[in-house]
Amino acid sequence: MVSLTINNMPVQVEDGVTILEAARKLNIDIPTLCHLELHDLKMVNQVASCRVCVVEVKGRRNLAPACATQVFEGMEVLTHTPTVIKARRMVVELILSNHPKNCLMCNKSTDCELQNLAASLGIFEIEYVGQMSQHKPEQSSRAISRDMNKCVLCRRCETMCSKVQTVNVLSAMERGFDTVMGTAFNLPMADSTCVNCGQCVAVCPTAALTEVNNISKAWDYLADDGKIVIVQTAPAVRAALGEAFGLPPGTNVTGKMVTALRMLGFNKVFDTDFAADLTIMEEAAELVHRIKHGGTIPMLTSCCPGWVKFIEHQFNDMLDIPSSCKSPQQMFGAIAKTYLTQKLNIPLEKMVLISVMPCLAKKYEASREEHKTPEGVQEVDLVITTRELAKMIKEAGINFASLAESDFDDPMGASTGAGVIFGASGGVLEAALRTAYEWITGQKLEKVDFTSLRGLDGIKEATVKIGDMDVNVAAASGLGNARHLLECVRAGECNYHVIEIMACPGGCIDGGGQPYHHGNIGILQKRTNALYQADRDKPVRKSHENPYIQQLYQEFLGEPYSEKAKELLHTTYTKRELM
Amino acid sequence: MAEMGKQKSPEFEELDGFIKKSGLEGKQSALIAVLHQAQHIFGYLPKEVMMFIGKKLQIPVAKIYGVVTFYSFFNTEPKGRNQFKVCLGTACFVRGSDKIADALQRQLGMKMGETSEDLRYSLEAVRCVGACGLAPVVLVNDKVYGRLLVKDINKIIDAQE
Repeated sequence: MVSLTINNMPVQVEDGVTILEAARKLNIDIPTLCHLELHDLKMVNQVASCRVCVVEVKGRRNLAPACATQVFEGMEVLTHTPTVIKARRMVVELILSNHPKNCLMCNKSTDCELQNLAASLGIFEIEYVGQMSQHKPEQSSRAISRDMNKCVLCRRCETMCSKVQTVNVLSAMERGFDTVMGTAFNLPMADSTCVNCGQCVAVCPTAALTEVNNISKAWDYLADDGKIVIVQTAPAVRAALGEAFGLPPGTNVTGKMVTALRMLGFNKVFDTDFAADLTIMEEAAELVHRIKHGGTIPMLTSCCPGWVKFIEHQFNDMLDIPSSCKSPQQMFGAIAKTYLTQKLNIPLEKMVLISVMPCLAKKYEASREEHKTPEGVQEVDLVITTRELAKMIKEAGINFASLAESDFDDPMGASTGAGVIFGASGGVLEAALRTAYEWITGQKLEKVDFTSLRGLDGIKEATVKIGDMDVNVAAASGLGNARHLLECVRAGECNYHVIEIMACPGGCIDGGGQPYHHGNIGILQKRTNALYQADRDKPVRKSHENPYIQQLYQEFLGEPYSEKAKELLHTTYTKRELM
Repeated sequence: MAEMGKQKSPEFEELDGFIKKSGLEGKQSALIAVLHQAQHIFGYLPKEVMMFIGKKLQIPVAKIYGVVTFYSFFNTEPKGRNQFKVCLGTACFVRGSDKIADALQRQLGMKMGETSEDLRYSLEAVRCVGACGLAPVVLVNDKVYGRLLVKDINKIIDAQE
C-alpha cells in the first residue's frame, strides 16, 4: 500500500494506482477526455494525449497527467488549484480552437463528452484563433460515419479497434497538425476490413465517429400513405432504450417501447425475438444434421454480422464452420416478405420493414446482396439503432417514461425466453442447447438455465451432457476473444462442438447502437440482468415450443432445415481480402 | 491478399531475402529498418510493398501506413532518378539558399515536393543536412554540392544523367 495526500486529505491505495484512481477514492473527480478504462472489457486507453487531467504534484516542475501518473509514498497532490484550473481550461480551449462550433446541429449534442467538459469548466469564449482542420466527412460505410474535423485524437477508437477487437482498421496517420485517425492508404471505410461493429463509435467522446443516421428515411416511410410499415425490435433494445428517457439502467421497457412504436405510426409492431426462436430451430437442426452426418464441427453461430464479416476477412480459410443460418434480423425479413405478406394480405411492394437494432453492423447486413427475397427485394428495408429510435420518440413528443404498456402484434410478435436472451453473450448458445437437448434425447429438459454461459467474461466454456454425448461449447464476445478461440480451433487444440461469437464485448447489450455508456460499464451487467429476468418471466422458454413458430412450419416451411427453409433462411459467406 | 507472400519480382525477392537473412520475420520492432531497406530497393513504398511487409513482420497495414506517413523520409509515390534536396536550414538560408531554391525551381520547371513526369528529377526542401561549413548546400542523391552560387545551378543539372 502507498500513503499519499490529495488536496491535503490522506489516502491509502494499492501500489501502481494512478492519481486519477486514488482521487476517486476521496470522491474527487478529476476531469478527463482521452482517458477511458473499461475494466470488465479489458480496455485501457491511457495515452495521456489530451492533458485535461493535469494536477500539481509537490516537488515536480511541471503539471502531471493524473490518468497516467502512478502514486508514490508521501506524494502530495493538488487537483483543483488556480494554476491547475487555468491550465486545464487552456488545454480545452486549445482543443476547441480546432473543433467545429456547430454543436446545435451535431448528432452528439447533449451526449458529447467534449461539450460536457467545456460546460463543466465554464468555457464561454476561446482565446485562441488558428488554423482549422479541413477533412472531408467520410460516408462510404453503411454503418459508420466519420467526420475527422470533430476528432480530438484521444485514440480511444484505435485502442478499441486494434487492442480489443483486433480488427486493426483505424490508426493514426500523418503527423503534427495533419495527424488524423484514418485507414490504411486512406481507404474508404467501406473498402477496408472494418466489420462495422461500431465499438469505435461507442467509445468516441465526440461526433467524429457516429452511426449512419437513418431517422429522416424512417420518417419518410412512415409518412408515405402507399406503404404499410412494419417494425421488428431486437432483444437488446428493450434493455437499454429506457436509459435515453432517464429510466434506471436495466429497466425492461418492452411494453412502453411497443406503445411508442404504434404512436410513431408503425402499422404492425413485431419482435425480432420471434425470429430468434426461428433461428434456434434452424441452427439446432443444422447442428443435429452436422453431428449425425459427419459435417464440420465446431459449428459457429452466425447471428452477428460484425462477427460474420470478421471471419470473412480474418479467417477466410474457415468459412465452412459458421452455421449457414441467416441472423434473426434477416430471417425475420425473409419470413415477413413471403409468409407474412400472404397471411396479412399485404402486396409485397407495399410492405416496408424497418428494424430497430442495438447494432451498427445490422445496417450493413441489411444491405448485403445475398439478403434478398426470391423476388429480388431487400429483406430488410431500413435499420435504425436504439439511439435513433430514442431520438424519434423525442421528436414525436412522446412522454416515454409515462407510457402504458402494450403487446406485440401476432403472429411475429410472439417469442419465448430463449429468444430474448439472444441479446446477451452466451444467450444464443443457451437457447440452442435448450432445443438441441430435447431433440437429440427426446426427453424434457427440466433445468433450462445454463448459468456458466452467462455474464461479461470474454470467453465462457461448458461441457453439457446430451444423452450419452459430452457436448463442448464456448461463447466468446469481443472480437479479440473470438480471434483467440478461432486460432485455437485452427490449430486443432480446441475441441468444441458449438461456439457462439458476438462481436461486441458482452454481446448485443453493448452494441454500437445502444445509448452511450460513457465508460460506466456497470450498465452492461444491468442490461444483461434485464434480459435474463425477461427470460424467467416468460411462460415458454424453449424456442421449439413457441406455438407461432410451430404454426409457421406447419403452414409454410415444413420441417426445420427443409429445402424451403434452406432457400429462405440460410445463406453463404464471401471470402474477403485480409490486410 | 494471401498471395502477397509469393511475390516473384526480383525486388520483392531482394526484400524477402533481407528480412530472412537478418532474422526479422515476425519482428515488429524491425519495421523502420525494413521500410528503409524497402525504399532503398523500390525507390518508394507502394501499397503492395507495405502489405508485403505487414505479412512478413505481422504488423497491421494500418499501423505501417501510419508510420510511413509520419516520417517525411518515406515516400509513397515514385521519386525521380535525380533527387535534388535544397537545404533551407539556418546556416544555408543566411548564405542565400532561398535564391538557390528559386533558381532550381525555375530551371527544372518544378515546385518543391514535385517529381517530373519522366521520373528524371525530384525536388524538395530539407532542413539541415549537417554540412553547414559548406553552406549553401544542395544534395543530389548522395552527392553534396557546397558553397553554391546561383550560376552553378545549370552545371549541376547538366551533370546528372
